[in-house]
Amino acid sequence: MINIQAGDGQRDYQDSAPGDNPVTKGIVAYLIGLAMAVLLTVASFVLAGTDVLYGPSLPVALIVLAIAQIGIHLVYFLHLTTAPDNTNNVMALLFGVFIVLLVIGGSIWIMGHLNGNMMPMLPTGGGM
Amino acid sequence: MNSQATFQPPLDYDPYKLGSNRKQRGAGIGGGGHGHSGGEATGHGEGGPASPRVIVGYGFWIFLLSDIIMFSAFFAAYAVLDTRTANGPTGHDLFDLRRVAVETSCLLASSFTCGMSSVASDARSRLWTEVALLLTGLLGLAFLLLELQEFSDMIRQGAGPQRSAFLSAFFALVGCHGLHVFAGLLWLGTMMAQVWVKGFRPHIVHRLLCFNLFWHALDIIWVALFTVVYLIGSGS
Repeated sequence: MINIQAGDGQRDYQDSAPGDNPVTKGIVAYLIGLAMAVLLTVASFVLAGTDVLYGPSLPVALIVLAIAQIGIHLVYFLHLTTAPDNTNNVMALLFGVFIVLLVIGGSIWIMGHLNGNMMPMLPTGGGM
Repeated sequence: MNSQATFQPPLDYDPYKLGSNRKQRGAGIGGGGHGHSGGEATGHGEGGPASPRVIVGYGFWIFLLSDIIMFSAFFAAYAVLDTRTANGPTGHDLFDLRRVAVETSCLLASSFTCGMSSVASDARSRLWTEVALLLTGLLGLAFLLLELQEFSDMIRQGAGPQRSAFLSAFFALVGCHGLHVFAGLLWLGTMMAQVWVKGFRPHIVHRLLCFNLFWHALDIIWVALFTVVYLIGSGS
């Protein structure tokens, strides 16, 4: 836990975590994250811009790429790890994801059924 | 209590006493962790309260997650109203994927430079922290200007938020993200001033940590946004 770097007098040792790295290590980690994020972004835009993929499967592929990129961001930019001092963060994230899925999935599900059960509307006029 | 090599806890030693790990955590125990060695506390608190950095980060993470949950409501509204264009323009007619690609690269690059600012502030380099924060701000500003240009183009074409339910949901979702970026830019400016004037005091470093988390979270929301709104929307 206590991880004082040599020649770094100002470092507050109570305020540093096991993963605190020297400068180059930190930059390399961010570069890896950036490279992976760029790769996934380019893949998304290329798939959407061309018709390499079978049309109806395109949204699924794009969503998978987006989830992968969000994972990259969480690990390399937000430094979400499996370290013991990160357990609470991961648990909170899982709960957040649960609520997000509930809100989005539930809305789409319910509104889809509501649309299915609507009376057919007349093409003209504002009648109810 | 100076036996560093073979640490024998005294009989009245209480590893769970507040702050009791300060003196004992030396080279003798060997790195702590969850081990049952010596007089180390074995609970998940690792023998003492977590460092302020961990606690501050956790609190801000909770705020960010609640923000993301708010965004999920906007995403749900957009997903439901996606096809309700009221015979008006669809996403396919309106979205310019080239501009979205430039916006995305601006935001991704700014996320990277924001990470560089955190590396620089870890190394306590005031100059490089300021440089990285300035680059982050400029890229964020470029993103925001491109978004405003897109909005004004759409409104000029008669595709404003009042045109259809689809466009209302679009402007609410994308505009909410844009507002967050704007708030982030204001915050970034104040952080640059604070680092400049006050230096790396502990609470300034904590604010920098929170700003980093905020800016990266904005990029995460943008990833979901350009996928769901622009890429999937321009296909249909």
